[in-house]
Amino acid sequence: MRKLIDSLSLEQSSHALSSTGQPSGRVHTSQKHESAIRQVQGSANYVDDITEPQGTLYAAIGLSQCARGKITAIDLSAVRASEGVIDVVTIDDVPGHKDIGPVFKGDPLLANGEIKFYGQPVFAVLATSVFAARQAALKGQVTVDGETAILSAQEAHQHSAFVRPSHRFGQGNPDTILQHAENTVSGALDIGGQEHMYLEGQVSLAVPCEENRMNIYTSSQHPSEVQKLVAEVLDVRLHHVMVDMRRMGGGFGGKETQAAQWACIAALLAHRNQRAVKLRLPRFVDMHVTGKRHPFSNAFDVAFDDKGKIMATRMEVNGICGHSPDLSDAIVDRAMFHVDNGYFLGDSDIVGHRLQTNMVSHTAYRGFGGPQGMIMAEAIMDKIARHAGIDPLLVRKRNLYGASTGTKTPYGMEVEHNLLPEMIDALERKANYWQRREDTAKFNRNSPIVKKGLALTPVKFGISFTAKHLNQAGALVHIYTDGSIQVNHGGTEMGQGLHTKIGQIAANEFGIDLSMIEVTSTRTDKVPNTSPTAASSGTDLNGKAVQNACITLKKRLAACFAKKLGQDESAEQVTFENGHVVLGDEKITFPDLIQAAYFERVSLSTSGFYQTPKLAYNRDTGEGRPFFYFAYGVSMSEVSIDTLTGEYTVDRVDIIHDVGNSLNPAIDIGQIEGAFIQGMGWLTTEDLKWNESGKLISENMATYKIPAIGDTPAVFNVELYGKENAEDSIYHSKAVGEPPFMLAISVWCALKDAIASLSYYAIDPQLDTPATPERVLNAINEMQKHAVTSPTDLVAELNKSSEA
Amino acid sequence: MIRFLINQESVEIEDVRADLTLLQFIREYRHKTGTKEGCAAGDCGACTVVLAEPNADFSALHYRTVNSCITLMSAVHAKQLIFVEHLSNGAALHRVQQALVDHHGSQCGFCTPGFIMSMFALYHTNSLPNRDDVLHALSGNLCRCTGYRPIIDATLAVCEQQADDEFTRNTSSTLSTLKAIVTRDSAGGDHAGNDHAGTRNLIMPRNRKSLAKAIKDNPTAMLVSGSTDLSLTFTQQLKSIDTLISLSHMDELKACTTTSHSLIIGAANPIKDITPALLKHFPQLAELITRFASLPIRNQATLGGNVANASPIGDMPPALIALNAAILVDNGIQKRTIPVTEFFVGYRETALKSDEWIAAIEIPFLNANQRLAAYKISKRFEDDISAVCAVFNITINHGIIEQVDAGFGGVAATPAGCNALHDALVGKNFSSKACVDLGKTVLMNAFTPIDDVRATAEYRKTVLANLWHRFWLENQSDTTITTRVMNHA
Repeated sequence: MRKLIDSLSLEQSSHALSSTGQPSGRVHTSQKHESAIRQVQGSANYVDDITEPQGTLYAAIGLSQCARGKITAIDLSAVRASEGVIDVVTIDDVPGHKDIGPVFKGDPLLANGEIKFYGQPVFAVLATSVFAARQAALKGQVTVDGETAILSAQEAHQHSAFVRPSHRFGQGNPDTILQHAENTVSGALDIGGQEHMYLEGQVSLAVPCEENRMNIYTSSQHPSEVQKLVAEVLDVRLHHVMVDMRRMGGGFGGKETQAAQWACIAALLAHRNQRAVKLRLPRFVDMHVTGKRHPFSNAFDVAFDDKGKIMATRMEVNGICGHSPDLSDAIVDRAMFHVDNGYFLGDSDIVGHRLQTNMVSHTAYRGFGGPQGMIMAEAIMDKIARHAGIDPLLVRKRNLYGASTGTKTPYGMEVEHNLLPEMIDALERKANYWQRREDTAKFNRNSPIVKKGLALTPVKFGISFTAKHLNQAGALVHIYTDGSIQVNHGGTEMGQGLHTKIGQIAANEFGIDLSMIEVTSTRTDKVPNTSPTAASSGTDLNGKAVQNACITLKKRLAACFAKKLGQDESAEQVTFENGHVVLGDEKITFPDLIQAAYFERVSLSTSGFYQTPKLAYNRDTGEGRPFFYFAYGVSMSEVSIDTLTGEYTVDRVDIIHDVGNSLNPAIDIGQIEGAFIQGMGWLTTEDLKWNESGKLISENMATYKIPAIGDTPAVFNVELYGKENAEDSIYHSKAVGEPPFMLAISVWCALKDAIASLSYYAIDPQLDTPATPERVLNAINEMQKHAVTSPTDLVAELNKSSEA
Repeated sequence: MIRFLINQESVEIEDVRADLTLLQFIREYRHKTGTKEGCAAGDCGACTVVLAEPNADFSALHYRTVNSCITLMSAVHAKQLIFVEHLSNGAALHRVQQALVDHHGSQCGFCTPGFIMSMFALYHTNSLPNRDDVLHALSGNLCRCTGYRPIIDATLAVCEQQADDEFTRNTSSTLSTLKAIVTRDSAGGDHAGNDHAGTRNLIMPRNRKSLAKAIKDNPTAMLVSGSTDLSLTFTQQLKSIDTLISLSHMDELKACTTTSHSLIIGAANPIKDITPALLKHFPQLAELITRFASLPIRNQATLGGNVANASPIGDMPPALIALNAAILVDNGIQKRTIPVTEFFVGYRETALKSDEWIAAIEIPFLNANQRLAAYKISKRFEDDISAVCAVFNITINHGIIEQVDAGFGGVAATPAGCNALHDALVGKNFSSKACVDLGKTVLMNAFTPIDDVRATAEYRKTVLANLWHRFWLENQSDTTITTRVMNHA
């Protein structure tokens, strides 16, 4: 560079301040999503929108038509003969690793001698058009010597089919207490899985480069893992593969491990043919071949005192993992870590099984097993409440972690800074729980067909990857000579606003306008060896790494400025504010200092790194601190059910959620609302169905129903709690991606409350999830079989149950 | 030749496949990638675009959302195609775009262009919509990220203003261009009998004579109107369709008329367009119509298509059965009338002969003694397919049941009536408890439905019986009992 940008124009750009005189875009303000303007214009590019390299070809995959068996023959002659076909590959064509399991082995790139689930990819075909490739993929003949498929938790237990060993932790001696306690209840719950239904399906574009190098454009939450697996499959070093990920059209966990297979297949075909290859799954294929939220089948026994306070808990969680481990070990662990939710369970024994079934391998999904564990805590609260004849909210409050119960979790972590007691109090008052409890009872007395239900439930969710090594992040920050800054980090943008928050952090650190910051696509050649953007950790980890990089650069710039002023020793007093760098009475615009620093030969680029402190969990003993901190939330839902059809509506929802000191309130509220509705879908209409052959039959959007716009509660109040994180997180904010998902458990509890009204709240209905209208009607009919007919009978019933 | 406008640009296309979808045309032929494919089945709305079409006297434009993934090119003839790239003027966002930005209504952004187009159509259609209007207008757009609240707020806010944008300013020039296309069509006539539309194997007849000839000349060709179901043949099953006969330009299949005793609805009329007439005479069908798929589907799908499809889970056939409708069929030479109860002869089979088409559906008006209600039960209220649909139409004279006509969906291989219900209830006192019990017993045993992805057989039977209970409750003169968790009208 010979000539720098005219400093006059720099003056103008650096003074793009808001009307307050402050640069816009600081942290703790509601900035627009960094892509919002491009998204509404249709100019935000997803992988399928990237201008295709010259000569791009298109891939499709051929699927198995049975759930289990040995492959005896694969006849692909008709595939090869199909119009437009260029190449066809099976597992035998893989030059490197044939298994792409992310943690443990078990996930062959393409079926390797045996079929493990219905719809398993067996071969891939490359053709001149998307349509030609997909048509050809239907023409494969795969002969399989079929075996009986394992398709349920019971069958898996019968066959001792596990993808990983079972795990157990607990405190004290629950068995003794349960044996001698006056009040005990037991329960079991089948919990459905969930399809991610990211609106943008799985897609990868592989572009071969010189010799054996490969560039991958993919929709993935984990570019570094895609890089590693592509390298392994192609049998090249990692440094020859570059993965670029600008944005996903939704991820939700469904692109953490599940995106890699398509990238690897595209890369394999690109490598063989030395042509760019795009593989985009059509929706129904996507739904068959990608893992979902784990269905669980859980059971508990609890002992409690006359006030409903828990003395001991025994819990068994059974994750239905599908055919391979994938991430199931950590997912079932997280379910176990959350069976307490916010409650002290007394003496405890928590066991988790990882069941193997002949289904697609279930995977990460927002909450990562947490929801399937946490719902058990709420099931226990309802069961105790109905059994003891106490309002469920009182039972919940009496069991919260605290001085009167206990502060140690079943896995030995002390619960510090517990916000739930005060947050529940706040919501109880704000949403008028007790008045509405009375109103609901009154409504129900006068309404024989439609019944209302009400529930207030809390969320306590542990923040950190439970695999300790993943709690690290890197960043790369460049300052260019016009004062504009490019920020790169290891996190991926899937709509959650990560890049927006990161941009705000950098703008805040340098005291300059957000428009001066560009957060680029995530690239493995800029920041290496990254963790997946998962576990709600994106901002916590990458925000700190970016901040650290900014601090490094600021030190260099401060030293440069101080030196320039002849005040070398005062460098530490230099501040960055309002578009200027200031030392005492001296100040300089940020771009002017950058230019000066450039001429002084100061490095204007650096990396940053972060590792989460305080984590110390010993899985062997089941004791320690797996989480840096907890995020909290409380939610109150009101529903109406139709006792003739089982149809229901969610009429009103009130939420107070803890995001610490919010980096961006608008984005955080968006996360909370979106997570709640997604959680509501999981618990209500989203009904995964497999047929007796193990084939997924809810295989498209016509048969699998995520919430539509009309399902948004007419009254939907969401508030941030606004108390800063007691731990030293990035600007004392808290992670927000997953925790609010579980606020939707209040909808499930409210549905049960409405059903229980038919028994005057004497009986806790069995309501497995998803609570479809059919399940709700079945629970209603079951309740009516046992229904007591008057409050007098209710008293008798209550007496009877307390005698039992 | 298909002639249309892409925004302000006049476009003529020929030599494209008959089964080319509008989405493929936009993304692959025009290389505009703002419009997204989420499902390729009309279920998610990521591909929503707007077709602006002139009203009858070319005095105004009507803005209609469609799912481009299941729309054929024949549908855009003589219309203005508008997609997301057309809305902003350089760096200046359109008002609906700005509103969504201001309300933080996009997260991952993949559904966003579709929402923008639905908001745009509503902005041009309805000033001051209420919350329900917004929900209906956006019922065909799924978002997995936001939970919809900011999108609802943005739409309500932007629609508070009178539509005022490039499109309103260009209305007269758009209208005159479109009028020129139509004029040219009529002047060009239809002398060949078929209008091959200049595209490969896509035939667009304009009158019954040429339609009859087209069918005769192409005995294997499919008739297509809204294409909302037929398109799945190629977008989902990946089957190419060689020849299509489009009914989009058969004006005589689009008439909507009344006689002294009935409403006659042209078969090729989109559901959206017949809704006012239908609800004027049969307001009790409001729920069924509101929950008929989504607005973009209703903007294209026709009553004739819904009937010809003969799906056991179609929304309108149960209503037509309960209303004793007649199907008017034609072969270009002879017209005949088939009672709807005789029309559905098997699973997705009808009484239509190979050279016939449905010209219209005739629905007799109700008399003062008839009580009608239509119920649809599904997992999700909006844009879902019935687990069970039940439509009851009973005639009561001085409290005594004289006639029971009922139609059901989701309970058999075809949409079905239930004579047993009539036989059991005739002569009974409608307000008697026995009446409700008897009806429930009959309906519990009338059908042998199947277990499938939507519901079990047991649920279907139970709900069928309970819907009779609901109907009974809702039609008692002295009742104030709440029977519904949601009002759809």
